[in-house]
Amino acid sequence: MKAKITITPKKAVLDPQGKTVQNALEQMGYKGIGSVRVGKYIEIELPGTDKSAWSKQIDEACHRILSNPVIEDYKFEIE
Amino acid sequence: MNFAVLQFPGSNCDQDCVHVIKNVLGHSARLVWHKDNSLAGYDAVLVPGGFSYGDYLRTGAIARFSPIMHAVQGFAANGGPVLGICNGFQILCEAGLLPGALIRNRSLQFRCEHIYLKTATFDTPFTSKIPHDKLLRIPIAHGEGCYFADDATIAKLEANHQVLWQYVTAQGELTKMSNPNGSIHNIAGICNEGRNVAGLMPHPERASESLLGSDDGRLIFESLVNWLNNRSKTKAA
Repeated sequence: MKAKITITPKKAVLDPQGKTVQNALEQMGYKGIGSVRVGKYIEIELPGTDKSAWSKQIDEACHRILSNPVIEDYKFEIE
Repeated sequence: MNFAVLQFPGSNCDQDCVHVIKNVLGHSARLVWHKDNSLAGYDAVLVPGGFSYGDYLRTGAIARFSPIMHAVQGFAANGGPVLGICNGFQILCEAGLLPGALIRNRSLQFRCEHIYLKTATFDTPFTSKIPHDKLLRIPIAHGEGCYFADDATIAKLEANHQVLWQYVTAQGELTKMSNPNGSIHNIAGICNEGRNVAGLMPHPERASESLLGSDDGRLIFESLVNWLNNRSKTKAA
């Protein structure tokens, strides 16, 4: 199984990287795009087939180390 | 006094911290490896700057789980003084010993320059010997030094006098221009509620000898030594 985790900066946190990417896209000709947020994507290979047991553990790992709840949101799926 | 200077893979300001404590202030300082388990016998802990674990995942995110950090948590819970400098500040925030977080500089630039700090609070072990009207000229060197916390946390820090230092101009004015990284309210350093754990992004260990351009940073270490001396006098009495 594979855990696919996406971590993004919280809306309240200024994302200068995202703004820079947005400016670059506009300059390259992609007119009218909205705001850009830049985050992280993590893939973790998991053993076995017990999705729900691993779901709990991945959620805990996301909260404890993979994301910083002060500045980031996370979501994940296991497949 | 015995100072512990923590050493993580990637720390690079550890030697400078040891040098200042030993050779400038004349106290004992030893490097403590991140895999050690004990801080017994130490009076104060310095968490130095650098790029622990290469800043992988997030700065300080992995270091905060090193074995020595259990001892640091216990040391701090017992009222022992802990000072985090730059990456050390980031590690203490990740460890939950200080509130908030340090994120990418607003300009996206790595800023390496001298800045001026105004001391906002004097009743802590880290600020008590700083003359009230003195600005501290200290170098910074960081790409992720923007202090962030939600509105409620910032309000609480300010109400509780937990903001220790703010970036100001050479004339002591709090302006946008004097803020090198976009930190909320120009916050450069804070302390915890117990006032025994503090962190700052600038490097006082690089400004403790006039030969290096400024010895203002020494006042922070002298405050700490003074507090430790007073504490041991109180204990002996």
